[in-house]
Amino acid sequence: MNGQPLLEVENLRIDLAAGDTRFAAVQDVSFTINRGETMGLVGESGCGKSITALALIGLLRHPLMIGGGTIRFDGREIQKLPASEMRGLRGNRIAMIFQEPMTALNPLSPVGRQIAEMFVLHKGASWREAENLAVEALASVRVPAPERRVKDYPHQLSGGMRQRVMIAIALACGPDLLLADEPTTALDVTVQAEILDLIRELSAAKGTAVLMISHDLGLIANMCRRVGVMYAGKLVEERAAEDVFRSPSHPYTGGLVASLPLLGARARHGRQRLREISGVVPPVSAFPKGCRFNPRCHASTDRCRAEDPVVTALPDGGFVRCHYHE
Amino acid sequence: MLSFIVRRLLQTLPIVLAVAALIFVMFSVIPGTFASSMSDDGRSVLDAEVMARMNKEFGLDDPVYVRFGKYVADLATFDLGTSFRTRQPVAQVIADRLWPTAQLAFASMLFAIVVGVPLGFIAALRPGSWVDTISMIGAVSGLSLPKFWLGLMLMYLFALVLGWLPSFGYGGGDPRYLILPSIALGVAPLALLARTTRAAVLEIMNADFVRTARSKGMSEGKVVRWHLTRNALVIILTTIGLQFGTVIGQAVVIEKLFSWPGLGSLLVDSVTLRDIPVVQGSILVIVLLFLLINMLVDVLCAIIDPRIKYT
Repeated sequence: MNGQPLLEVENLRIDLAAGDTRFAAVQDVSFTINRGETMGLVGESGCGKSITALALIGLLRHPLMIGGGTIRFDGREIQKLPASEMRGLRGNRIAMIFQEPMTALNPLSPVGRQIAEMFVLHKGASWREAENLAVEALASVRVPAPERRVKDYPHQLSGGMRQRVMIAIALACGPDLLLADEPTTALDVTVQAEILDLIRELSAAKGTAVLMISHDLGLIANMCRRVGVMYAGKLVEERAAEDVFRSPSHPYTGGLVASLPLLGARARHGRQRLREISGVVPPVSAFPKGCRFNPRCHASTDRCRAEDPVVTALPDGGFVRCHYHE
Repeated sequence: MLSFIVRRLLQTLPIVLAVAALIFVMFSVIPGTFASSMSDDGRSVLDAEVMARMNKEFGLDDPVYVRFGKYVADLATFDLGTSFRTRQPVAQVIADRLWPTAQLAFASMLFAIVVGVPLGFIAALRPGSWVDTISMIGAVSGLSLPKFWLGLMLMYLFALVLGWLPSFGYGGGDPRYLILPSIALGVAPLALLARTTRAAVLEIMNADFVRTARSKGMSEGKVVRWHLTRNALVIILTTIGLQFGTVIGQAVVIEKLFSWPGLGSLLVDSVTLRDIPVVQGSILVIVLLFLLINMLVDVLCAIIDPRIKYT
């Protein structure tokens, strides 16, 4: 049982329905996450990271839907689970933290109650027991004076505190998998590090595997052993984090790494323009033919414009989706 | 909380004064007096001397500023004056009519809330379903139907054809008499409430915290009960408060149609007769009612939504 990966995603396809047509917003996405492992998923906004996470927890809503492929969690295909069983997994064994702690909590409900709901839903606790457990949960995410804070409403807490509450909710039932969708993007830089440390520490203590989604390569490198790079709905590269940095294989990954601003670079090399990848991620309805990155790629050829590249295994155990490596 | 209520009450004071002044000005500029209105409808022909005497008796020959001064001074002592027509204190006249109007207003709002809010919820939870389509078509029709016509149709169907309910009158407080006018008056706020509720619920359905609730593994029923309802309630309550004002205002038409002995029909009769003290008093009381109900709504909203400060 323990040899089996916790999560196996195979050829996942997510469709976006627009009238009678369906666009594949996410396509051919395959990856696995082992128990207790932390994997990163990077890419620009709009490349399909968030909806991939929503698909994993079964929360895609119209006009988005799973269009194909399988998601196996703990050996069971979750798309085939009845709704009630899926609800039993959700929150309990697969939990999710969202980007915006401002709006992700109910403004009219005390935070303690919002944590307590987890114990009532999944652990069969009474509200009274659950409220007590909520105080402990709040203490575990290092919110000071938790017994008073549980009575606070979200608007009385700072962004960082709210995100701590979100973490307390997500980890309340000791899930096997935590989906962290840009958990620090909306926070101050100083608070970001605290929140990341908290996620790392608590997930390690509970043996929770983490899928960390971010557009911030630096953050991903810091947190994760393995990184998947997504572009326009496809996984274009997946490797160990340090390899991605040292020798990015896909031109898109290379562009992402090159566009990282380096501290002190100006002192060493003088004032320079920050590197960028020209152009933007194409909309779902206008994915280009061939390799989806070709219009923005500095090395694209006629073949790239005509033929969709397939996955090529790399000697270091990762893979890349690029004609140059075939 | 108490200081919030007191402050809100004090805030209504300038509004009441402004309304009083407005009504006063309006009735000083429109032509006709109590005396002239008696000969207008041809019931009796009064000669100029009698008219002058009547005007003097009611103090109508004083200059406007003197009359306004007297009026405000009386108001300050809660004296609304004396009816020209019945020679009774206005406060007494209004008090007799207040209860039927309150009955009518509350009954029609109750009807609107009990039917409209659940309808809006069901429509929003099943967007595009037949319940949604039919109720929203109904809501648009309900908003656009003239109340006067609707009242007549209800009378025709339920009183004349089916004979289930009395067609008009107060019936000495018999609740059966309340049903038809309440429905006629309640259909418009019902339609508006259904639409507002639907829009509010649909919007909250897409809120991030609802997605969070779903990610916790909550069933849709619990999402609605634990997270959605409270948030929708703030918007619904505010709409209810505002609709109360509309209902009391439009009771004028319905009361006249159903011969309902309330403030509305009193107002219409008094305007026709230029019984100015009664008109002024009734309008003031209606405005006060509206302000009080909306204050109550504000207090309730502040209890539900902790982000609303008691200021």
